[in-house]
Amino acid sequence: MTPRYVLLRLGGLVTTLLLSSMLIFSSLYLAPGSPENVIFGNRTPSPAARAAVRHQLHLDRPLPVRYWDWLTGVLHGDFGRSMVTDQSVSSRVGSGLGTTLSLVAVAAVLIAVLGLALGIAAALKPGFVDAAVNLFTSVSVAIPPFVAASILVSIFSIKLGWFPATGLPDGFWGHLRGLVMPAFSLALISCGYLARVTRNALREQLAKEHVQTAVGRGLPRRVVIRRHALRGALPPIITVIGLQIAGLFAATLIVETAFGIPGIGRLTVQSVSQKDFPVVQAVALLLVAAFVVANTVTDLLQAAVDPRLRTAGRTA
Amino acid sequence: MLELNDLDVALRVGGRMRRVLSGLSLSVAAGEAVGLVGESGSGKSMTVRAVTRLLPEGAAVSGRIRFDGRDVAAMDAPALRRYRDRDVGMIFQDPRAHIDPTYRIGSFLTEALRVNRGVGPAAARRQATELLAAVGIDDPERRVRQYPHEVSGGMLQRVMIASVLAAEPRLILADEPTTALDVTIQAEVVAILDRLRRDRGIGMLFITHDLDLALAICDRVAVMYAGSIVEIRSARDLHRSACHPYTVGLLGSRPSIQARVDKLVAIPGRPVSAFEAPPDGCAFTDRCAHAEPDCLHGRPALEPFNDGLVRCRRVADLAVLAESRPESPAAPPSEPAAKSVVEPPAESPAEEGTQP
Amino acid sequence: MTATLPAGPETVPTGPARGRAGTRAGALGRRARALYSFLGPSGTIAAAVLAAMLILAVGAGLFAPYDPNQASLLDAYQGPSMAHLLGTDAIGRDVLSRLIYGSRTSLLGPALVIACSTAVGVPLALIGAWYGGLVDAGAARILDLVYALPGLLLAVITAAMFGPGLTPAVVALSIAYVPFLSRVVRAAARQQRVSPYVDALTVQGFGPWRIGARHILRNIAPMVLGQSAVAFGYALLDLAGLSYLGLAVQAPTADWGVMVSDQDSMLRGHLLPVLVPGLLVVVCVMALTVLGARIAGERPERHPLWNRRGKRAGAE
Repeated sequence: MTPRYVLLRLGGLVTTLLLSSMLIFSSLYLAPGSPENVIFGNRTPSPAARAAVRHQLHLDRPLPVRYWDWLTGVLHGDFGRSMVTDQSVSSRVGSGLGTTLSLVAVAAVLIAVLGLALGIAAALKPGFVDAAVNLFTSVSVAIPPFVAASILVSIFSIKLGWFPATGLPDGFWGHLRGLVMPAFSLALISCGYLARVTRNALREQLAKEHVQTAVGRGLPRRVVIRRHALRGALPPIITVIGLQIAGLFAATLIVETAFGIPGIGRLTVQSVSQKDFPVVQAVALLLVAAFVVANTVTDLLQAAVDPRLRTAGRTA
Repeated sequence: MLELNDLDVALRVGGRMRRVLSGLSLSVAAGEAVGLVGESGSGKSMTVRAVTRLLPEGAAVSGRIRFDGRDVAAMDAPALRRYRDRDVGMIFQDPRAHIDPTYRIGSFLTEALRVNRGVGPAAARRQATELLAAVGIDDPERRVRQYPHEVSGGMLQRVMIASVLAAEPRLILADEPTTALDVTIQAEVVAILDRLRRDRGIGMLFITHDLDLALAICDRVAVMYAGSIVEIRSARDLHRSACHPYTVGLLGSRPSIQARVDKLVAIPGRPVSAFEAPPDGCAFTDRCAHAEPDCLHGRPALEPFNDGLVRCRRVADLAVLAESRPESPAAPPSEPAAKSVVEPPAESPAEEGTQP
Repeated sequence: MTATLPAGPETVPTGPARGRAGTRAGALGRRARALYSFLGPSGTIAAAVLAAMLILAVGAGLFAPYDPNQASLLDAYQGPSMAHLLGTDAIGRDVLSRLIYGSRTSLLGPALVIACSTAVGVPLALIGAWYGGLVDAGAARILDLVYALPGLLLAVITAAMFGPGLTPAVVALSIAYVPFLSRVVRAAARQQRVSPYVDALTVQGFGPWRIGARHILRNIAPMVLGQSAVAFGYALLDLAGLSYLGLAVQAPTADWGVMVSDQDSMLRGHLLPVLVPGLLVVVCVMALTVLGARIAGERPERHPLWNRRGKRAGAE
């Protein structure tokens, strides 16, 4: 991978982040109903009081200046203060960030392990296994997280009582136990999708001539599959894993709400209904950043796996 | 060393079985080069695939394939891998497709050594560079670090040849190794293959549709038609005294490189595959200038004639016919073939053959 | 071009038309069979399912036994009975009636989303593909940026700006789905752009608008339609999720997403009002995916198990 290619991708990443931060910041302040109304609630403030609050929130300064202040603050880890609780946004977000990241990590592991295993099994074992996986993938790609959540809760929490229906129990194991069902609901769609893509990519590779060469040279079957067929199937698989994991961050909004997980997804939804703009800005930016970073990492990994892409990247 | 006996192969095509080889018998002795010549669809590629057991899934094989007396069809997985590793090496037609694009050339060259024989990385690398030098590639140190997409097709085919030589097999199966290459480098690649094979005393089954090429580098040449062999004899004899009408036709339809010809002679009709051939009688009857009603009944056997084997019931009659015109043994068979003359595009002289 | 539910479920084959039937019936039978052979068994089932949903949504007033919002606390949490086929919910509303009425918002929302994003995305893609150069590059960069924002997140930010509701959610998702359609269409249109028939038309003096609208679009129509159907499924998932979060369709209104969010029924072990709407979402999305893949020309893999079916479909 040429350093130039990496720089290009990283440049794209920074540009996207900058543009989306502008979009997020300005859109919330251009919204009808000015932010200070949130603080006054139903009361009608005197012009003086309104001016004072506007000044305190820096709303009396031009938008670009405010954006610049906010951006430099963000780069120093200061996202401002919540308009509802007056806590610093960083502390509110920070406490949920770890939870969300661990949720996404558990889901990502589930996706990668289950999706790959099912896809590989289907590709290598035509007939019953393939048909069964096919059935699973066609159904699972249509089950949204909130439906999966309600099904899982009704079975494993209400009927069997194995897992808590909402919230996270204390301690590491408690956390893990509490994350199992949310992670499953989060992973289900992507799992089916990855299994399907893996199967098709692997089938395609197994039919390739260079795989025949490897077989013809007397290499053991597992070496042929691992080194040649799977290696060739990696680019689409990596793309799907990357895109799906990136997409998980948005889906945490739903899953954390469904299971009452105190992460930044639930915080976003709460802040939106409270119109707590600084918090919404911060979490939206974080979620977009996670999404974009995951995408970029995917692209870079792809180039590392497929030597032909590197030359393409050089000319692009 | 390699013996194919009455080999029948059928492939599954869209749920139906299609016969591609019927009653094929052939042998290759140690160190011998045998050419297998035929038009597309005659079953040459399927023959080598059957030898390496690389036929597509669902293929039905009957008959015997023996290597050093061992039955290839009966080998279990470890024996088969050992056989593919040590005994036979395969050079494919399209190196671009047959070499994994995601690995460096050096890795491709040495993979079989490292995985199958546990050769260390340093020794493997040394061997890879030596082999690349042997197949005439300059600056092998640099080439082993390159990826397949970074080098030319001709060089890639030499890499493929080197990779086969690396395993030091006893038999090389070369499936049209030069067809996918530019005409100008075909000769070079064939020459390298021929020389290295002879030096090392490796046997070869050389598949080609180019009769001249086979005649030039092989000891014996087998001509295939519709999934079976119609004639086998030494390259020298075949050139001078082909007996089967199909072989004679093939020889006659080559453009001469000595003399300018105004008309190219072609065999009438189109080649058929084994599954298209009539179930009874000689498969070549439709296109044969010497066919008689009797040719439509009973499949002729591959029988000895003039130090070779020929599958034609009229071979003795035809030899007498040829005797009467001794000055042109390889000429197209008399009058009926003249009907099938092909007019070449105006003025363009016959293209030069692809002789090495 | 808009991705309203694919019409033509009434042409579900009813067996070969007999020779004695009038020419009209014969033609209808032929059409039905042609459609059946195009859609295949799975596609036909999918089309039939969607048609049934569409009929229920349009004629909700005729089919629903009760007013979907008529609460009766005395009847709360009833199981299935002759009076209430699917029981009642936490405040005694008839679940079946709510499901039937709920199909209106649940299908109308995504239909609007796909109509808007197709109407914007396809022309954008065609123009980009035709003119190439700066126009194309500029459009592609903007689309990439939009693509970097997950639709769900965009909708949540919009909800923060304008308050929750179906309209802002539809607007946000419409924007988010433009790249989903336009990227694929652009790639296909670029292929068409360089094909010989376009050169031939250009030589005959036809202008880009005519060639684009009449010829290129016609050639890529199956793919556009298929992609729209798949996007319809995704939009359905997203909108149901937003309604589930309380950010799109608002609570008293009957909507599948809203119904799934009924945690009270759920935690009391009263599962029908929660699981059935979720199941309907899944069924709709599956049907849309199958139909989309069929329309776009993707046939099931040539696989022994599926092959028999595929062949039968092809043979007719």
